[in-house]
Amino acid sequence: MDDSAIIEVEKLSKAFGLLPVLQGLNFSIDRGEFVMLFGANGSGKSTLLRLLSGLSKPTAGAIRIGGWELPREALAVRAQIGLVAHRPLLYENLTASENLDFFGKLYGMKADERQERGRQLLQRVGLSRRAGSLVRTFSRGMKQRLSIARALLHQPDLLLLDEPYSGLDQAACDLLDELLLEAKEARRTIILSTHQLTRAPEIAVRALLLSDGKIVFDGIGDRRSLSDIYRDSARAQST
Amino acid sequence: MRTPFLKCALAIIAKDLRAEIRSRELLSVMALFALLSVLVFSFALELDRAARAEAVSGVLWVTLIFASLLGLNRSLAQESDQGNLDALLLAPVSRSAIFVGKFAGNALFTGIVGLVLLPLMTVLYGMNTLHTGVIVTTLVGILGFCSIGTLLATMTVRTRAREALLPIALLPVALPFLLTAVRATKGVLSGAPEWQVWLQLLAGITVIYLVLCLLLYGYVVEE
Repeated sequence: MDDSAIIEVEKLSKAFGLLPVLQGLNFSIDRGEFVMLFGANGSGKSTLLRLLSGLSKPTAGAIRIGGWELPREALAVRAQIGLVAHRPLLYENLTASENLDFFGKLYGMKADERQERGRQLLQRVGLSRRAGSLVRTFSRGMKQRLSIARALLHQPDLLLLDEPYSGLDQAACDLLDELLLEAKEARRTIILSTHQLTRAPEIAVRALLLSDGKIVFDGIGDRRSLSDIYRDSARAQST
Repeated sequence: MRTPFLKCALAIIAKDLRAEIRSRELLSVMALFALLSVLVFSFALELDRAARAEAVSGVLWVTLIFASLLGLNRSLAQESDQGNLDALLLAPVSRSAIFVGKFAGNALFTGIVGLVLLPLMTVLYGMNTLHTGVIVTTLVGILGFCSIGTLLATMTVRTRAREALLPIALLPVALPFLLTAVRATKGVLSGAPEWQVWLQLLAGITVIYLVLCLLLYGYVVEE
């Protein structure tokens, strides 16, 4: 096993019934790496993130996170993962701070640690003034920001973000970019899925491009080069 | 790393209680249904005293089971609709602890409805449903029913026809509770001494179901 790799995926396939969604994926991701997962709607991005988080089981192939094998050793992996999913994964009838406190308890955090970390995160995502408001009164963007705070609460080594920019206004998108930069500087491994190439950074990052459940590109690219690859892939798929 | 079992279960119970105190989504619907149900039965069955003694235990349990079904559906839907079940499954906690947390919340809400229902039935049916034997039978029966109910509601909540599917899946499995609970309640109300045997049988079935649900929940809740 490669010591620097936090994620190792071998011949990973996933099918729902007879419908193959992911087919024979092979890749590894190093600790502290920032990876963007691109692909059109239905290309298998969300399924791949669910598999990496241990929420879904592969049909075939192997996944190792930090040397632990999924789904067999999922319990050891869970504390290392923070997930921002399509849905906010928040309780509507609890306040923002109660939500963070509840999830802090599930992650075994002590009371003072929960309180302090919750306060810091709410401030960081711009929700400290709404800490006592019920989540059901929040807009989509506010829920998304709280969801990001929930994912960062237990300081995970691996951050999985599934279309995190959806529903965010420009200011919130900028805030998310800042948070991701902070997480990257803290040597967290980040996998961010999006179908919007406009979210690709100007600077070069590692990108995985999924098309029809297969990785058609795995390499370093900036916004311009990735756009070309994405367009070529979409053209090849349509012909 | 695994969060301690009890800490996780208590956190889920406290969360469900807090959310329910705010929204009153479960208790109000369950209590209203139970109230209307016993009223309808009391008007529909214009019974003499002897016939009432025969029917009252059936009315109590049918009402409790259907009220509980409403609560189970809503309780698990609250976890599923916003994807919160995934958030629970992502945490480093035992699946059995999640089961105990959800089960305890469901049993508590159904228990409250049951304890409200008993004095009401004393008034409407003229039977002493506040007898200790009836109260104990009600609470034990609720524990058993809610254990299997929580397990099956977790299975059906991700399906499109969950409201219809849960009773179809649950009622046949709950027959052992219904039969023994009705017999024990009827025994207490009619003064038959064998009610204690039925209560012991009910307690035995409850323990078996509870252990089975604890063991099976991990398989049911994951994909």
